[in-house]
Amino acid sequence: MAIPWEFIIVQTVNGIVTGMILALVASGLTLIFGIMDVVNFAHGELFMLGAYIGVVVSAFSGNFWLALVAAALVVALLGAALQVVTLRPLMGRDPLTTILATFGISLVLQNYALWQFGPIERKIAEPITGQFGLLYLEYPWYRILIAALSAAIIGAFWLFLKYSKYGIWIRATTQDRVMAQAMGIPVPWVHTAVFAIGAAMAAASGVLFGPLAGVEPYMGLAWVLKAFIVVVVGGMGSFGGSIAAAIFISLLESYAAIWVSPSQAIIVSFVVLILTLLFRPTGLFGTASR
Amino acid sequence: MSAPPPSADPLVKVEDVHAYYGKSHVLHGVGLTVGRGEVVGLLGRNGVGKSTTLKSIIGLVHVRQGRVLYEGKTVTGVAAHKLARIGIAYVPEDRRIFRLLTVTENLRTGLDRAGMSERRRRELLEKVYAIFPILAERRSQPGGTLSGGEQQMLAIARAMMLEPKIILLDEPTEGLMPRMVSQIRQIIELLRRERVAILLVEQNVPLTLGCSQRVYFMEKGEIRHEAIASEIGADDPIVHRYLGV
Repeated sequence: MAIPWEFIIVQTVNGIVTGMILALVASGLTLIFGIMDVVNFAHGELFMLGAYIGVVVSAFSGNFWLALVAAALVVALLGAALQVVTLRPLMGRDPLTTILATFGISLVLQNYALWQFGPIERKIAEPITGQFGLLYLEYPWYRILIAALSAAIIGAFWLFLKYSKYGIWIRATTQDRVMAQAMGIPVPWVHTAVFAIGAAMAAASGVLFGPLAGVEPYMGLAWVLKAFIVVVVGGMGSFGGSIAAAIFISLLESYAAIWVSPSQAIIVSFVVLILTLLFRPTGLFGTASR
Repeated sequence: MSAPPPSADPLVKVEDVHAYYGKSHVLHGVGLTVGRGEVVGLLGRNGVGKSTTLKSIIGLVHVRQGRVLYEGKTVTGVAAHKLARIGIAYVPEDRRIFRLLTVTENLRTGLDRAGMSERRRRELLEKVYAIFPILAERRSQPGGTLSGGEQQMLAIARAMMLEPKIILLDEPTEGLMPRMVSQIRQIIELLRRERVAILLVEQNVPLTLGCSQRVYFMEKGEIRHEAIASEIGADDPIVHRYLGV
């Protein structure tokens, strides 16, 4: 069966666009896991909350960019507060306790959104509405913008991790929490800051994704599920691995969507997950160590 | 038992410290002092609580009873990162280099403190690179790729970045070749000349007696004996009693 090459090109573009948003969601998740061994089940809700803040701020101000920045900042502060009051006291306990705690937070945030905004989908207006001819279809520029912005945020964060003083603190804490403390690094605050940064990245992706689909209280679930798959396939806690895995999985899903419906294409990510767990449990892209 | 001169104004004073790992009682009322610029050895068989004593000073082990004084102030229960910033540096037994960080980045973990000027940072880096030329050579290499001896030097150099008043040095020569051991010894001498106090835990008795002014002998989580290092030899009956097998 011959597949028209135009299909493949369009699906490649689609795969990269979703892959970049997914990478932004997953990199926050992997960062939090890598540094404090916390599996953050509330990550999808931080994404959702970011999207709602985007809805509200862009509705009031009419400015998408302001909404993006506001959502990231507000959710970062919320993340910091959540970390201080719920996760910090659980430091050093059984990982199950943090899983339950973050799961609890996710339920609270979901129901808060339901109570505050109702079950009906909201929309965020796209900041740019232009389209360009991509072979047989008119492709929205906004999608390209999302991919570029996600890449820019991830790139900026990577530079921060690599070169800044706080980046070195974060990497040192990820590798050896106790020794980091003995070197004068305020480890509890590094944890809080990383949680806040991860939350801000989730919120930013929520706003960026907002114009593509509706914003509703349960939107985080699908994303966090996929982000978890990405984190596992990328090698738990590996930053570069998650980004590679996000793009890899999104591309596979896009190509699968050539044959089956997009909702069935999700199966591909589960197949990849299961194969990874069976044959390479340390992840396809990450190294065994962090 | 010879009575060493009591230090009038000790830098570190450990008083009746009790510590536990889970339910097992590891330190049973440890008491010791380290004077300013003084090198003090802590000897004893494996598992008598030497490393735990160091950890209880830097706040990595919870002190259940007793207290630790630093410059005359009680620091029991103060977080390790705060102690590191006021001059207590720790070089652990297993070195604990940040393996994925480069040599320079490892050093920067102690260098990026509040109140450090860019110039001071550069001076300190240049200083340790002059003392440890091998680290200068490997400055862009990940710490994990260094040999055991090089990692030990990096661990000491990293501690020096804190400009400490005391370094808690845990088994610095463990598993090193003789040539490296003598280098470690030179470094200890150098730190001593710079008036950095050292609390040295070591299995190498001649080295400990040679570097230290005073030595403590530990047994079963307690200090059992204290001596002036120059007054006893490596084959002294006291050494045999606390370290012999």
